[in-house]
Amino acid sequence: MSEDNARRTTANSPEANSAALLRVEGLKMYFPLTAGLLIQRAKGHIKAVDDVSFTIQRGETLGLVGESGCGKSTTGRAILQLYQPTAGEVWFEGNNLVTMKGETLRRQRRRMQMIFQDPYASLNPRMTVGNIVGEPLEVHNIAQGAARRERVMELLKIVGLNPYFINRYPHEFSGGQRQRIGIARALAVNPDFIVLDEPISALDVSIQAQVINLLEDLQTEFGLTYLFIAHDLSVVRHISDRVAVMYLGKIVELTDRHRLYTNPLHPYTQALLSAVPIPDPVIEEKRRRIILEGDVPSPANPPQGCNFCTRCPRVMAVCREQEPVFRDLDAGHFVACWLYE
Amino acid sequence: MAKLLEVKNLRTRFFTQDGVVHAVNGISYSLDEGETLAVVGESGSGKSVGVMSLIRLIPVPPGKIVDGEVWFDGQDLLKLSDDEIRQVRGNRIAMIFQDPMTSLNPVLTIGRQISEALQLHLGMDKEQAYQRSAELLTLVGIPGAAKRLDDYPHQFSGGMRQRVMIAMGLSCNPQLLIADEPTTALDVTIQAQIVELVKKLKHEIGMAIIWITHDLGVVAGMAERVIVMYAGYIVEEAAVHTLYADPRHPYTVGLLGSLPRLDDEQPGRLRSIEGLPPDLIDLPAGCPFYARCTYHIDQCLHENPPLAAVGVGHKAACWVDIRGVLT
Repeated sequence: MSEDNARRTTANSPEANSAALLRVEGLKMYFPLTAGLLIQRAKGHIKAVDDVSFTIQRGETLGLVGESGCGKSTTGRAILQLYQPTAGEVWFEGNNLVTMKGETLRRQRRRMQMIFQDPYASLNPRMTVGNIVGEPLEVHNIAQGAARRERVMELLKIVGLNPYFINRYPHEFSGGQRQRIGIARALAVNPDFIVLDEPISALDVSIQAQVINLLEDLQTEFGLTYLFIAHDLSVVRHISDRVAVMYLGKIVELTDRHRLYTNPLHPYTQALLSAVPIPDPVIEEKRRRIILEGDVPSPANPPQGCNFCTRCPRVMAVCREQEPVFRDLDAGHFVACWLYE
Repeated sequence: MAKLLEVKNLRTRFFTQDGVVHAVNGISYSLDEGETLAVVGESGSGKSVGVMSLIRLIPVPPGKIVDGEVWFDGQDLLKLSDDEIRQVRGNRIAMIFQDPMTSLNPVLTIGRQISEALQLHLGMDKEQAYQRSAELLTLVGIPGAAKRLDDYPHQFSGGMRQRVMIAMGLSCNPQLLIADEPTTALDVTIQAQIVELVKKLKHEIGMAIIWITHDLGVVAGMAERVIVMYAGYIVEEAAVHTLYADPRHPYTVGLLGSLPRLDDEQPGRLRSIEGLPPDLIDLPAGCPFYARCTYHIDQCLHENPPLAAVGVGHKAACWVDIRGVLT
């Protein structure tokens, strides 16, 4: 326990906390694995998120990157209490969301919103755009009737849609336009904090750039704080202030954008960055790739010691025995790796 | 190098309830033996339909190849009978698809699925085919290949399934491998594995590759020549270095500008392409990119520019010489 506490203090140094809007400490999200047809017996856990700690400053964008199944989306959902976390704390401006319930939690929810990956599945096909964007206004008693309609039209204009589309249905819009509707819905309640879960990965390249630019404009205009979850490291470099890299339920490295991309310390970050193709044949010819062997292990049965030890090109004996501590190596450059102990 | 494939004026349409979708609108290109050609475009650009039309792998109806010739090794593939084209498909021209989860049969073992093509096209008996299947799995880097022949697709991860697909594709030593977004469903570290594998195999086997993708990053690392498609037309064609260094079509310029780059030290605002691609049921009379283009002149509205040479081995379909007006 004492070691646990020590780790948390290092992961959240006091000066970093001064303007933090969100502080996540020791967040764990385990999903039970059951067996049996009629009588369900627990036979283990999927450790989707396993002891994750970080802070997000007001107005900042934290990028959360990793491959499929690393727990990045689950982290975002557990922060918003869309799942009940197994353990840990989520402090949002001095309130621990994990212990909140009912009406108090609902009132906090107004200040945090989510934008989803799939613009086709995340909009109800039987509701008009006006009702989709206006629903949060009604749920939170912000505006009704004509005031609601006016606010919806204003929101559509903000996200670059024609306000007169208010009576149309989602199927009448393209993927990029639907994502704008999702953004308008998130903005409706004037949130402070938005979790963006792969908001552009379902879109075509030329449309991606439109949405990224819109998200950046909205952040400046409304002083929004983003948790930007994505698997595309180029996009994350573009939009984030700081970046956290996840692997198999844990954050392995977290630092500012510049240092993460120019001086990655964790072997996984290094391999991940080297695997991303750069759209320039001259550079591509000269690049050396670190090709990782094999696949990500199952989160139901993570390896002993460091999670990455089964694929790490620089694995040592200690990595297979003991888990490395996630700690600050150099003024805000956090890494969990035995190479730096 | 000798020409392996020549496509002339290929047109594919889909006759749907809503109208006629002009998916591919008269594209012509050729491919040398052993060459890697990338076909780049966004959804609905006709990149997949255009290539799948070559081997007549489009659903008929509603699809129909309404015009064109596809010369492969002295034969027009579009004139072959169904039996004859089946002799070519999977044998001399192999395919791998985007989704390794759905392109394998879930109720047949991997060994059975790979050996099927070997028995069918190469006339091997069952034992020979299984032996060759094990060799192929080893070739694509699946550990313990002989033991895994009796496994079912669900026992393989996504990257491993794509390796199995590649092994199946290579089983009959094809002259041409068609890869339709083979890494899009995979994670980036797995994508790197697959790209390296295909590059290595191409070197060893010497087959030509048509690689269909939307990812300009992957293209830069593996293609020799690139075709850029938009609204069913080829809008630019060039050697890979030329395309990235000296793009001549405003759409190519826009695509490259809208990509955030991993090596971008000072990320500024992305230069997005405003607007949306045209409706393929109701294509404009002029240039299909007119409405989104920042360089357009009046002529573009009325006349669709032909794909014309702008340099050595470099073609673009644009009325404007954008070098003079690049902003």
